[in-house]
Amino acid sequence: MKVSYYPGCSLEGTAIDYAASIEEVSRLLDLELEELEDWNCCGATAAHSLNHHLSLSLPARNLALAAAAGQDVVVPCALCFNRLKVAEKALKGPDGDQLGVSYQGGIKIWDLLDYLTQNGRLKDLAAKVVQPLTGLKAVGYYGCLVARPPAVTDKKEAENPQNLEQLLKVLGADPLDWSFKTDCCGAGLAVARPDIIDTLVQRLYDRALRAGADCFVVSCQMCQANLDMPQQRIAKKTGQDYYLPVFYFTELIGLALGHPEVKKWLAGHLVDPVPLLEKIGLRV
Amino acid sequence: MSETIAQALEPSPELAERLAGLTGVSACYQCKKCSSGCPLTFAMDFYPDQVIRLALLGQEALVLGCRTIWVCSACETCTTRCPNNIDIAGVMDWLKEEALRQGYASPQPGVTSFHQSFLDAVRLGGGRLSEPLLLGLYQLRNGGTLAKLKSGALVEDLRMAWELARRRRLPLRLPRRLKGVREIKAFFKKSPI
Repeated sequence: MKVSYYPGCSLEGTAIDYAASIEEVSRLLDLELEELEDWNCCGATAAHSLNHHLSLSLPARNLALAAAAGQDVVVPCALCFNRLKVAEKALKGPDGDQLGVSYQGGIKIWDLLDYLTQNGRLKDLAAKVVQPLTGLKAVGYYGCLVARPPAVTDKKEAENPQNLEQLLKVLGADPLDWSFKTDCCGAGLAVARPDIIDTLVQRLYDRALRAGADCFVVSCQMCQANLDMPQQRIAKKTGQDYYLPVFYFTELIGLALGHPEVKKWLAGHLVDPVPLLEKIGLRV
Repeated sequence: MSETIAQALEPSPELAERLAGLTGVSACYQCKKCSSGCPLTFAMDFYPDQVIRLALLGQEALVLGCRTIWVCSACETCTTRCPNNIDIAGVMDWLKEEALRQGYASPQPGVTSFHQSFLDAVRLGGGRLSEPLLLGLYQLRNGGTLAKLKSGALVEDLRMAWELARRRRLPLRLPRRLKGVREIKAFFKKSPI
């Protein structure tokens, strides 16, 4: 099965580990990702903060490319997904013709997690599991912008999405209930205000531990970076001995389906997940 | 009351009218659901509901000069939960853009220059973002290197960059020239900030 793919800029940079796991896992699931030719940056937080017009025209151009390619487009980054959805609404709105692109419509914009867990796909996936992730106690962490605001994302469940937990169950892991699955990690404030990230993320660590989790599972590379990168700094600052690996959901699909390169993807993390996996007896 | 404060408190009734073009701020009945659910209030000077109220009262100088609009992380919780469908996160964006247009000094210069560096990096890179270029431009624009050195923040930045680089997560490569580079340049020209 073929689908268009808009990776977004960080998947060519700080999130190349996420990109690698997505490409490999798609192959395992008989999914052909066709990268949109000549795609550009969606503008992210910077554009919508400083320049409204640019925040619509940049993603609108990508939508025009996707529509010309003639098939649905899958987006692995929460922020890119959100900006493409905002642009989709703007293009259909009264000022749509002022964005400088010609958009035919007729395609659907998917976030990757939704795409891989839609009807029927979970069943196919279950049949391919060779190593159930038994004993992996995890909290799912969704990323604000795949769901919010629902008027933009068209998601039915913005406050309490469930598909990450459903996926983890299919993979044999033990997803835990907690109230912070869609809380903010601080996102793009990481560089200019790391102190804000530390406050928000420490609360997530504490709540995840209180829920009984050994790790986080995320579907957004910004969440991954903000939970993974400052862990040592936050531990030092607070005198707590945090050890909470942060998996991409695609890495766990790869692990459960027996992909040989999982260890290579995990080597990109700052908090090494291998000791946790070894402790619960999973081969990596 | 001194003249400056009197000037600062002079209401600008047209502010709410201009915001109304974006979203119906006048529907706000101050239930404070936005502020209750906002994860960033600890870093703000006004709560989100106060920003809306001040905007309705025409307190332009207060809302355009406040820290809140810059530390908002755009997580969209307020917009999602507002019972009156006010796009509160959208208001925060509108106020940031307006503050820059009117020449207000940002009370969060680091955040502002990060956003500016990001857009510069996309423009200079021909349409896609190079993260190393962004970090370089941000250091240049934001300055304060000496203060960062003293506080230890620079060492932490460098440690992080090293941790990423040795995992090949900060690839340095020349910007690739997109076919649509002209089109993208035109987007930037149409609304320069």
